[in-house]
Amino acid sequence: MISIQGLRKGFGKREVIQGLDLELEPGRRVALIGSNGAGKTTLIRCLLGEYHFGGEIRVDGKCPRKQRCEVLRLVGFVPQLPPPLKMPVGQLVRFVADVAGSDPARIVAVAHRLGLNIDQNRHQPFVRLSGGQKQKLLIAAALGRDTSLLIMDEPAANLDPEARGVFFELLAEKRDKEAVMLISSHRLDEVATLVNRVIELDQGQVVLDDKVDDHVDLNSRLACRVRINRPEAAFARAVGQWGFTAAPDGLQWEGSVAGPDRLRFLGMLSRYAGLLAGLEMKDAGHG
Amino acid sequence: MNHLFLTAWTDILESLRARWFAVYTFVFGGILVLLFALGLTESRVMGFTGLSRLMLTYLQLSMAILPVFVLVTTVRSLSGDRESGVFEYLLSLPVSLSAWYWGKMLGRFVMVYTPVLLAMGGAMLWGGLTGVELPWRIFLYYSALLMVLTWCFLGIGMLVSSVARSVDVAQGTAFVIWLGLLLFLDLILLGVMVQQYASPNLVIGIALANPLQVFRTAGMMLFDPQLVLLGPSAYVILDHFGNLGFMVYALAYPLLLGTLMAWIGYQWFRRGDLP
Repeated sequence: MISIQGLRKGFGKREVIQGLDLELEPGRRVALIGSNGAGKTTLIRCLLGEYHFGGEIRVDGKCPRKQRCEVLRLVGFVPQLPPPLKMPVGQLVRFVADVAGSDPARIVAVAHRLGLNIDQNRHQPFVRLSGGQKQKLLIAAALGRDTSLLIMDEPAANLDPEARGVFFELLAEKRDKEAVMLISSHRLDEVATLVNRVIELDQGQVVLDDKVDDHVDLNSRLACRVRINRPEAAFARAVGQWGFTAAPDGLQWEGSVAGPDRLRFLGMLSRYAGLLAGLEMKDAGHG
Repeated sequence: MNHLFLTAWTDILESLRARWFAVYTFVFGGILVLLFALGLTESRVMGFTGLSRLMLTYLQLSMAILPVFVLVTTVRSLSGDRESGVFEYLLSLPVSLSAWYWGKMLGRFVMVYTPVLLAMGGAMLWGGLTGVELPWRIFLYYSALLMVLTWCFLGIGMLVSSVARSVDVAQGTAFVIWLGLLLFLDLILLGVMVQQYASPNLVIGIALANPLQVFRTAGMMLFDPQLVLLGPSAYVILDHFGNLGFMVYALAYPLLLGTLMAWIGYQWFRRGDLP
C-alpha cells in the first residue's frame, strides 16, 4: 500500500527526514510516535504530496506528488490543528464531498455519530466551532467517504470521552476493511488500542519499528501482576474487564493477557500511571 | 461540479463574507456616488461633460486604488491561508493544483471586477433614466481597460503569493511593486528622467512596460486622441502604434502580462512546498 524509499526532506540547510525507508501493507495500523521535531508532520505532508522531497514514495504504486489526485482520493486526512476556515459548516461538508466524489449525507451521518449535529451548525462558520466540534467535523470528513488510507495527526486530542469511544468504533469499522491507518501522536497510550505497529521517529529516522503482532505468538499469554498504591474503583473496573482478580487488600491484581493484546493492555494501564506501584509481566507459554 | 469552478465558487462565497470585500465595494460604489453628488456630470473638461467626464474621473481614481487593493487583498488572503494551515487541509483533498490555483484566480477576478463594472453600469443606468447622453464607446472601452488592469494585478498578486512564504513578506513585496509602478508614471520619475535628458528610448520603454502608465495613456486617448497632455513622447507612441494600435496594445499588454505573471506563479506554486 505505502512504499517509502530513501525519503529525504529538508528546509534550507536543516534536514528533517534523512533517508527514511518504510513499507506499510494493507491492514497496517501504525502509531507514528516521536517528540516534537522528530519529522512526523513532515512525513505526513510528504505522503499527502504537499512537500517536495528526495527519494521515492509510492501509495498504491502512485507518486503522491505527480499523481496527487489519484493518491488523495484514497486518503482521509485529519490535521493536528483545525484550519481557520471561514466557510460555513454546510458548505465545507458539500465542498469535501464534491471534490472527493462522496455523498454529503455520509459525512453528516458520521458527524452525527460523533455527537455533532451538522443541521444545527450548518450556517455557522467552521472557525467559530469549539475545538472538539472542529475535530469531529474533520474526522467525519475523513471517515465519511471511501478511503483506504487514513492519516491522522493527533486525531483524538480534542475529543470528549464519549466521542473518543465512537471515534475508536469508527476506526475499528475501517480496520475491518483492511484500510491502512497512520496515526501520529505524542502519546502511545492514546492510540495503543488501535494499532498493530509502532514506529518511532527521531530526527527524521526510524528508531523503533515494532510490528506488535508479528513478533508475538497469537496463542501466547503473559502472566501479569499489577500493584497499586491505593484502591481505586475506576482502576478495579478497568482491570476487571481484563479478567484480573484482586488480592484481599485490593492493592495487588493478577491475571493474564493475550500476547497480541499487550500493547492495548499497557495503553489501558498508562491511564492509571499515578496509581501504579509495580508491574510484572512474564511469558506464561501458550494459553 | 468541475473542480476549477467549485474552487472559484468557494472563493467567491469566501470573498462575499470577507470584510475586505465589503470595504472594497463600498469604496468603488462610494466613489461613483461621490462623483455624482459633486455634480461632476455637470462640469466640463476639454469639451467633455456628462457621463464621459464622470467615467474619465472614475477611471483615474480606479487607477490609483484598484491595483493596490487587488494586490494587497490577494496576497493577504492567499499567503494568510498558507500560513494558517488552510492550504494544508484543503490541499489534502483530491483537487488538482491547476484547478485550485486557477479557480482561486477566477473567483477572485469575478469578485474584484464585478463591483467596478456594476458601478460603471449603475452610472450608465442612472444616465439612461435621467436622459443624459450615454457614452457607450467610452463605457465599453473603459470597462475593458479596468478588466485587463484587474487581471494584470491579480496575476502579479498570485505570483507574489506563490513566491512569498509569509503574509508580511508578501504584503511588503506587493506594496513595493505597486509603489515602483506608481513612481514610474509620467507624472513622477519619468518626468524627472526626461528632464535629466535620459535616453528617450529608455523612458518610452519604461512607459510602455508599466501597466499603470499604459492604462493612463489609453485612458487619455479617448478624450485626447493626439495625447497633447502627454507631451513629446506622444509622438513616439502615435508613430509606432497609431491611435487604434495603442488602444489595442493597452488591452492586450496587461492581459498578457497578468497571464504571464500568474503562470509563473502557478509553476512556482506547483513545484514548491504547498503549505
